[in-house]
Amino acid sequence: MKVKVTVNGVAYERDVEPRTLLAFFLREDCGLTGTHVGCDTSSCGCCVVVLDGDRPVKSCTMFAVQADGHEIRTVEGLAEGAALHPLQQAFWDQHGLQCGFCTPGMLLTAYTLLKHNPRPTEAEIREGLAGNLCRCTGYQNIVKSVQQAAGAV
Amino acid sequence: MSSEANTGGCLGKPMKRKEDPRFIQGKGRYVDDITLPGMLHMAIVRSPYPHAEITSIDVSEAMKVPGVKAVITGKDLDAAGLGWLPTFHGLDKQMVLAIGKVLFQYQEVAAVFAETRAAAADGAEAVQVEYAPLPVVADPFTARKDEVLLRPDREQKTNHIYHWEVGDKDGTARALESSPKRISQRIWFQRCHPAPLETCGCVAQFDTMGRLQFYVTSQAPHVYRTALAIVTGIPEDKIHVVSPDIGGGFGNKVPVYPGYVCAIVGALKLGRPVKWIETRTENLTSTGFARDYHMDVEIGAGADGRITAMHVATTADHGAFDAAADPTKYPAGMFGIVTGSYDVPAAHAEVDAYFTNKAPGGIAYRCSFRVTEASYAIERAMDILADELGIDAAELRRRNFVRKDQYPYQSRLGFTYDSGDYDRTLQLALDRIGYTQLLKEQAEKRVRGELMGIGFSTFTEVVGAGPSKHFDILGIKMFDSAEIRIHPTGAGIVRAGTKSQGQGHETTWAQIVAEELGLDPQNIMVEEGDTDTAPYGLGTYASRSTPVAGGAIALAARRVREKARKVAAHLLEVGESDVEWKDYKFQVKGVPAKTVTMKEVAFAAYTNMAQNEPGLEASYYYDPPNMTFPSGAYVAVVDIDRETGEVKVRKFLAVDDCGTIINPLVVEGQIHGGLTEGFAIAFMQEIQYDGEGNNLNTNFTDYLLPTSLETPQWETAKTVTPSPHHPIGAKGVGESPNVGSPAAFVNAVVDALSPLGVRHLDMPITRDKVWRAIRAAEIGTVVA
Repeated sequence: MKVKVTVNGVAYERDVEPRTLLAFFLREDCGLTGTHVGCDTSSCGCCVVVLDGDRPVKSCTMFAVQADGHEIRTVEGLAEGAALHPLQQAFWDQHGLQCGFCTPGMLLTAYTLLKHNPRPTEAEIREGLAGNLCRCTGYQNIVKSVQQAAGAV
Repeated sequence: MSSEANTGGCLGKPMKRKEDPRFIQGKGRYVDDITLPGMLHMAIVRSPYPHAEITSIDVSEAMKVPGVKAVITGKDLDAAGLGWLPTFHGLDKQMVLAIGKVLFQYQEVAAVFAETRAAAADGAEAVQVEYAPLPVVADPFTARKDEVLLRPDREQKTNHIYHWEVGDKDGTARALESSPKRISQRIWFQRCHPAPLETCGCVAQFDTMGRLQFYVTSQAPHVYRTALAIVTGIPEDKIHVVSPDIGGGFGNKVPVYPGYVCAIVGALKLGRPVKWIETRTENLTSTGFARDYHMDVEIGAGADGRITAMHVATTADHGAFDAAADPTKYPAGMFGIVTGSYDVPAAHAEVDAYFTNKAPGGIAYRCSFRVTEASYAIERAMDILADELGIDAAELRRRNFVRKDQYPYQSRLGFTYDSGDYDRTLQLALDRIGYTQLLKEQAEKRVRGELMGIGFSTFTEVVGAGPSKHFDILGIKMFDSAEIRIHPTGAGIVRAGTKSQGQGHETTWAQIVAEELGLDPQNIMVEEGDTDTAPYGLGTYASRSTPVAGGAIALAARRVREKARKVAAHLLEVGESDVEWKDYKFQVKGVPAKTVTMKEVAFAAYTNMAQNEPGLEASYYYDPPNMTFPSGAYVAVVDIDRETGEVKVRKFLAVDDCGTIINPLVVEGQIHGGLTEGFAIAFMQEIQYDGEGNNLNTNFTDYLLPTSLETPQWETAKTVTPSPHHPIGAKGVGESPNVGSPAAFVNAVVDALSPLGVRHLDMPITRDKVWRAIRAAEIGTVVA
């Protein structure tokens, strides 16, 4: 089936099997390997991308064909030009990552969280990130990173 | 000479990580990100039965699936001499693909190679395997009866794998016999799984020169190269192993797994690259389980709480093959650390391991080879003893600590502890947490029937395997290595035999080199994981990177410095013996104004070296003289909802002593992460099998990882007693929090429930387990 999507501002048109998951479409058909697959059961959130500007979706739980006609932002499209996005900068500053595998999904979930709630409390951040697992950091520095990006620290 | 500011003094500074820019931009390169031209995908057919004879395998339907190129079975591999794989320590062997029968649910039965990931999965679905179920042995206590022999392939016709013991058996028995107080408790450390967010995987390719290019999620790439050479017969120079970025390891990525061998066979057979990436279910069910130790702990003590003797008898469930990741001469790893932080005058520990119809493993999950099991046993038992004697749990620990003046301390179970200050560490923890106040609050709450608990763990770890006289894997001694090249402009590269999986080596190794050489850590590149370029090392696990490779890096840098000294002498126009290294510069002895920087020397080493050997590089293979012994005092404070059994960790303080700290940012991050895994083990993680051998925790909806919601807030503090034998005094930290914390959590929960008569609960302490304990107490039945 034909799929037409815009990813990070670039139009992609690909012929895919209907069962192709959006995560694999992005990784294998668009070559955007920043989106990771960690669990296959939409538990871990490593595959989170942003749909139509402000909707976080677990791209392992969506077929590529369902994304037809939509706009997607992946971690590769988070920075505006050469400068890091404030969230990226904050994760770096606050040691909000270790192995880096969950980081793209964390960043994009946090991105949509801040879009909807620019000044979240710590509890709201923890709730907002609860769909994303991190095995390395214990979340504490991730929460701090989001607070920094929100201008709250 | 120049008065240019030096850039040393970076050791101990919270330097931001050099590796982060690529990860935050989605530019990390993990194994599944590698795509090679013409690459095929592999999927594995797995057994639905835990124990069954394979009566037939029919691959004809699979071969009809569009895109499927080949299917291989155990018979094919056996015919090629590749049917079996030596296990980690070489003391057993493991079927690559099942031959004749399967021994655990999800065991590898056939491998399918196809043009796409989906076609490979379709092909695997279409392979028809017929099984005749056999009686299942689902626990080691049944296994030891030997009613069903699981491994007739072995010479020894028994399910018993080994008996290991250390210490004074008779002396300990006598001392226990004559102890005024004795406690005993069976303590089970449940089977769990490290579950890094990236599963295991590989890409195998034979290049145009016929050389195996093997990209793999390996924590020990050099060991893989040697193991693959031994298994496949491919000469070792024709194998190139590359560990790209790794999405967490925690011990899961140390052993060589059957899937890797299959991918290599497929690549050879089909002449095309082959990729295999585990699904999460494959990961949880077949590679890398940990623990599963049933420990019968007995401690004797005087009425004053001084321990007189300790005995531990462990029954270990090793699953279908003895694939435990332990040094060859230590089948039970470092379990001898079971006397912990205490001066135990008589001790004896023994472990008996058995085959069962479960996945093989026994890997060192964020743990230095069974240290977690041992630490948990002693720290849990200390609380039971405290309870029995009516002595405060912190005070009982203090009375038994190895004293500061006893180092180097020779434990009765064979270790020589390097350094520590347990009293100071515990005192700091008590002060910081406000122990007196907490006890007061607890007493008040108990009057009201409210459940609040305070739990301690004052553990000692043994890490940094290890000295060559004791430690090897398949005969390869457990040294590690570093190679440093300083370029003409004073930038440089360091390569090591380790492999970071999030520990931040690209930053911390650069800091060590920069500190030793007075250079800018931002311009010291760190490279690991490529067996063609990195010197031979045993890899990153068991908190060995800093204790072993960290030592190699510091000593290689000092060799560079000695070479540089000759050039410096030439530049300073004095004899070499008149040059000293001071304030990160070379200086003419006694003439502080006459200095030359390493950067200047580096340039001269290539441009103006006089009669000295050109260039500026050195390597060092470091054979550590001893293990290192990080320690800590952890305190957990919990509140339990009497109606629902819900446990809330209100406060958790970790005071760690990991010796010299290279980068406090990285150390704190490691502690947060390790505590979170310890929390998960204490409260939610278990790979559970039913009595029929079915794995009940095959994905993240059944095997629970803590989220940001339930993970507690972590408080950290430190004491520093540098390791006296380590070149920079560092001891390693990655595993301490995971080793030390489970006991603190469980002790806190049991302390909260102690007014109800609860003495012990096995992990994971789920809400329903707590609820049942409370209800049982209320109707008058004391649990455990």
